[in-house]
Amino acid sequence: MSLYQGIFKRDMHIAFNQKAELVQPLMFLLMVVTLFPLGVSPSPDTLQRIGPGVIWIAAILSSLMAMERLFRDDFQDGSLEQYMLSGLALPAVSAVKVAAHWLVSFVPLLLLSPLLAMFLNLTVDMYIALVLTLLLGTPLLSLIGAIAVGLTVGLQKGGVLLALLLIPVFIPLLIFATSAVDSAALQLPYHAQLAIIAAMLLLAAALAPFAIAYSLKVSQN
Amino acid sequence: MWKWLHPYAKTERAYQLCLTLQPWFWAGALLCLSVGTVWGLAFAPQDYQQGDSFRIIYIHVPSAILSMGTYVAMAIAALVGMVWQWRTAYMSMIAMAPIGAVMTFIALFTGAAWGKPMWGAWWVWDARLTSELILLFLYMGVIALYGAFEDKQQAGKAAGVMALVGVVNIPIIHYSVEWWNTLHQGATISKFDNPSIAPEMLWPLLISLLGFAFFIGAVTTVRLRNEIVLREMHRPWVQALAISQLASKQQVNHSVKGGN
Amino acid sequence: MQFESLADFINMGGYAFYVWLSFGVTFAAMAIIAIQSFIKHRNLLKQVVVEKERKARIKKARQQQQESTSL
Repeated sequence: MSLYQGIFKRDMHIAFNQKAELVQPLMFLLMVVTLFPLGVSPSPDTLQRIGPGVIWIAAILSSLMAMERLFRDDFQDGSLEQYMLSGLALPAVSAVKVAAHWLVSFVPLLLLSPLLAMFLNLTVDMYIALVLTLLLGTPLLSLIGAIAVGLTVGLQKGGVLLALLLIPVFIPLLIFATSAVDSAALQLPYHAQLAIIAAMLLLAAALAPFAIAYSLKVSQN
Repeated sequence: MWKWLHPYAKTERAYQLCLTLQPWFWAGALLCLSVGTVWGLAFAPQDYQQGDSFRIIYIHVPSAILSMGTYVAMAIAALVGMVWQWRTAYMSMIAMAPIGAVMTFIALFTGAAWGKPMWGAWWVWDARLTSELILLFLYMGVIALYGAFEDKQQAGKAAGVMALVGVVNIPIIHYSVEWWNTLHQGATISKFDNPSIAPEMLWPLLISLLGFAFFIGAVTTVRLRNEIVLREMHRPWVQALAISQLASKQQVNHSVKGGN
Repeated sequence: MQFESLADFINMGGYAFYVWLSFGVTFAAMAIIAIQSFIKHRNLLKQVVVEKERKARIKKARQQQQESTSL
């Protein structure tokens, strides 16, 4: 157990040492959200209509940027190979790394969300639904994203390819999450959408670590 | 039970299989596509509500069904490659991907051309159209990922993982018309006991479906042979094959070269 | 035959543009991928022969070099 704790702590330490790498996706998120009132319409009604989708799309895009650092440094300096040779279960190592990554990348997003909600004129009901969808959905982004990151970590120009691979897979999550917040806007119940997102999350939590481990083995060759 | 498949783990046997199957697939494709198209365009009755524009069904439905079928076949090939480590499985997977993408494109395009006169819009973001579009993106992603790796064995494994991750989309497309209120029509063929389509319209549809399936098989045999030749270029049997094939086609040129 | 004349057939009950656009693009796309696959096949076989001849030439050149140095 302590070995996995060690990996977790190491990842957290490295993340906090690279503050610039953490802050940049957040700034990207903030700026992208800002583009919509400026480019579409600053009308409060319009912003409320498009708000949930804008925040979720911006979250997906900024997470694609942040995700690359999940395995890249470890791959390049050989730590990943060491993990594979160490006798630790690679799925467990992957799960720990994804957990650390999620904490570091998405908790700031959750903290920033009230500001984004205010920018886009979301009601309190909508905001509560948004936070619930973010809580359930962002770990899903991390888990599934990690599979594709594992596959592309050895490639030179993996960045755009990563987006091309992941965006189609994230679309169902986007649809359910925005549907939940839209239902909240209409004072309708949204348990169904949350339940489906939770189900996807549970499935991913169970299976993704093994897929991630396989992807890392493929990249390490 | 599956022992008869085992020889096809070897590229040479797989190549021979492609050569054997190929004429049957092309013949079947030509026959079924011509019969289905002519029957559907000229002889099947007009639809009560949609008139003659409904004839697009004879390409739209087969291509849509097969776009999903090809993806599932690709995912199965990926699974076989991963579990049994067959190179030919990965090669089949990447051989099928482009034709599957073409089928998806045809389904989307003909759907739009049918939708415009009937429902007034080239495109709507309903569940079935959206998930079919996602299918096209998934195909493109698999092809792009395979192309990004130099080592094609690695490429096969990576693309295989993505193909399997994306296979979740297939049931979503299929059941989207049941789960959501969509503009797209519900199931007509799969209700076996009481199909909601007239038999005079059903038969050309099934023949067209068979024709498209033969076509996909035929193109896949060509592309699989290409992939095998590309990967096994230095093997003696490939070299012997290439020389004999080109010799029989270009006897004049070859004798000029040999004279040097 | 569901149509009275060839003109009626081409007109497709007023939907000529959509029907022929669909069938046209479909068969064009299928033809393109089939032809491209065959062309690639032929080019690959040519490439195999060229590679083999190149290797034979290199081997021959090396042998000649060895013979000339051993003389």
